[in-house]
Amino acid sequence: MQKKISKLPFKGTAEQAAALQKVIDANKHDPSRLMGVMQEAQGIYGYLPIEVQQMIADGMNVPLEKVYGVATFYAQFALSPKGEYDISVCLGTACYVKGAGDVFEKLKELLGIDADECTADGKYSLSACRCIGACGLAPVLTVNSDVYGNLTADDVPGILEKYGK
Amino acid sequence: MYRSHVLVCGGTGCTSSHSQEIIEALEREIAANDLTEEIKVVRTGCFGLCALGPIMIVYPEGCFYSRVKVDDIPEIVSEHLLKGRIVTRLLYDETVEEDGDIKALNETDFYKKQVRVALRNCGVINPESLDEYIANDGYQALAKCLTEYTPEQVIQIVTDSGLRGRGGGGFPTGRKWALTAPNQAPQKYVVCNADEGDPGAFMDRSVLEGDPHCLIEAMAIAGYAIGATMGYVYVRAEYPIAVRRLQIAIDDAREAGLLGKDIFGSGFDFDMEIRLGAGAFVCGEETALMTSIEGNRGEPRPRPPYPAVKGLYGCPTVENNVETFANIPQIILKGAEWFASMGTEKSKGTKVFAMGGKIKHSGLVEVPMGTTLREIVEEIGGGIPNGKKFKAAQTGGPSGGCIPVQHFDIPVDYDNLISIGSMMGSGGLIVMDETTCMVDIAKFFLEFTAEESCGKCTPCRIGTKRLLELLEKITNGNGTMEDLDKIEKLCYHIKDNSLCGLGQSAPNPVLSTLKFFRDEYVAHIVDKKCPAGVCKALLTYTIDADKCKGCTLCSRVCPAGAISGTVKNPHVIDPAKCLKCGACMEKCKFGAIEIK
Repeated sequence: MQKKISKLPFKGTAEQAAALQKVIDANKHDPSRLMGVMQEAQGIYGYLPIEVQQMIADGMNVPLEKVYGVATFYAQFALSPKGEYDISVCLGTACYVKGAGDVFEKLKELLGIDADECTADGKYSLSACRCIGACGLAPVLTVNSDVYGNLTADDVPGILEKYGK
Repeated sequence: MYRSHVLVCGGTGCTSSHSQEIIEALEREIAANDLTEEIKVVRTGCFGLCALGPIMIVYPEGCFYSRVKVDDIPEIVSEHLLKGRIVTRLLYDETVEEDGDIKALNETDFYKKQVRVALRNCGVINPESLDEYIANDGYQALAKCLTEYTPEQVIQIVTDSGLRGRGGGGFPTGRKWALTAPNQAPQKYVVCNADEGDPGAFMDRSVLEGDPHCLIEAMAIAGYAIGATMGYVYVRAEYPIAVRRLQIAIDDAREAGLLGKDIFGSGFDFDMEIRLGAGAFVCGEETALMTSIEGNRGEPRPRPPYPAVKGLYGCPTVENNVETFANIPQIILKGAEWFASMGTEKSKGTKVFAMGGKIKHSGLVEVPMGTTLREIVEEIGGGIPNGKKFKAAQTGGPSGGCIPVQHFDIPVDYDNLISIGSMMGSGGLIVMDETTCMVDIAKFFLEFTAEESCGKCTPCRIGTKRLLELLEKITNGNGTMEDLDKIEKLCYHIKDNSLCGLGQSAPNPVLSTLKFFRDEYVAHIVDKKCPAGVCKALLTYTIDADKCKGCTLCSRVCPAGAISGTVKNPHVIDPAKCLKCGACMEKCKFGAIEIK
């Protein structure tokens, strides 16, 4: 699937750059640790804009095209920033069979955004994920690291309310 | 010594239903009642009955408290733990007999038929404690291998046990090891595939969360058997609890000298590292996983050369999945014969299934191979909730197929499942009832594989996309009978020509639903109807004139102005204007709106 690439200007800070440099220094002896470095970089910046990919490529001494190739291959790497509240609906089989699709549609409707988009105020972003392994609670969604289970579409407004909507 | 142990599940399922808060509340109340010296709270791995979470068991009585709330804790502590009066009201109802006696957990329907080998420590020990693992025979198998057996003998035991790979393919584990061992190289590797990408499957995660030392021990045994000194565990990043506990276990094992140089003074060196996946289903394929560990896009490699000759970093490599490894220490300790005495002729031992979907007891079960689907779904799983009718069980995830009710009595093993067009896969078992549309399910899996196809080979990249388009055509009501032939032909092209397991098995959900539920496809094409009432484009909303009270609510919420009628008279929906959004149905208080 084609990834959405953000056109927002990059706003990295010096602290973030220093944190990333530390990660790079600890791993640059082993080029196979590229993915781990990118995961930590995403933890620092929230996403992987081309500027950050360039810093990783330079630091790890691998071509930028390789970093970009890895970033676009794996679902976990985001090329667009996430909202303050990142909402992720599990669309794994167990959740799907129990109506996760309706929950997802309701969120799109209430937030006015599509999958992998962020609201204009930067507050909410929405995505689908594949099985977080809480199948006993299906259907499940997560808001940042809070998990909500046994949902129906009617529960969605109440959950959004908790996050200021 | 403690007089009582309180075990609280800390698996992902129960953590998601806030078991951490339960533990904190317990510790608070226990301290308040001055019982800290007498009662120990243990956070364990998964008990299996995730649907009833959060779960708490009090020993020595073996009381099984289900769906525990923080507000219940003061009562449980003051009544049960302090005064010894069990709070029967809060127990799992199946463990309470009619006369009020408490039934042992392993006598309940859910646990009665289970045999726990891979999961034996899950829900029993604290996974973050090396001592508890050792107290439960931990690392004895490794010690036995290093001090009593030659590597050849270890491989022979594993071969004799009949253990087959639990990750999907079912390749004999002993043979895999035997093929790798003789290949000389300066470095060999043991790799554990913990990239459980099959949506709806969580057995590997439960082993990692509930018994991480078991995996470490088994990998070290594999290393000794094939002559490898380094191991990698490739875990999905979506499993943070599993990753954290495994890291703690590795650090503790290294500190205790159970990993590292000269283990047990035998001269054998072995160490291991965790590598995190980043969300790519194809990385569950063994060569793609190795490419990913090397830090690349996880694309599969053509075989031969097989990993036994040229695997990770071009060195001979054994790769097994978590559940396969979890069986190894028990096989070494109890012997190949013991293991081979369970199961069917060609599938030995037990298998863990992650049961989910439309079933009462969703959760994790481990049963001997050869148990029938009926036993698993109806007896252990408790059947279908809400009085609905069973329609199919899906095994093997996106690589497997849907098994209809007429094959319900088939003993589940590798070969039987393949003979009916499905496969064992990693052990996901999703139950579907009459409200699940089989065409929609086939489409759901194809959406998944089309998106997860890595794009390296054409049959998979383009084939799955075209297949998906044909299925969409049918669910949108535009399909023709010729499309069914086209679908079938395309399925076999994809199966025969794809490079790796992902493409070779991607058409299975389509082929199996086409085989067993062809009438549903035909209903979509000829009658333009979705019998299960799922495919939106094929539904018509109507109002039952007898039930409609003419309250006008539906006509006010209809965004398309498709509903007309006057106050206190039955309303009518104009199908030409209806958007099929369902808003009217949601609002109707009299259940007068029906979908057909």
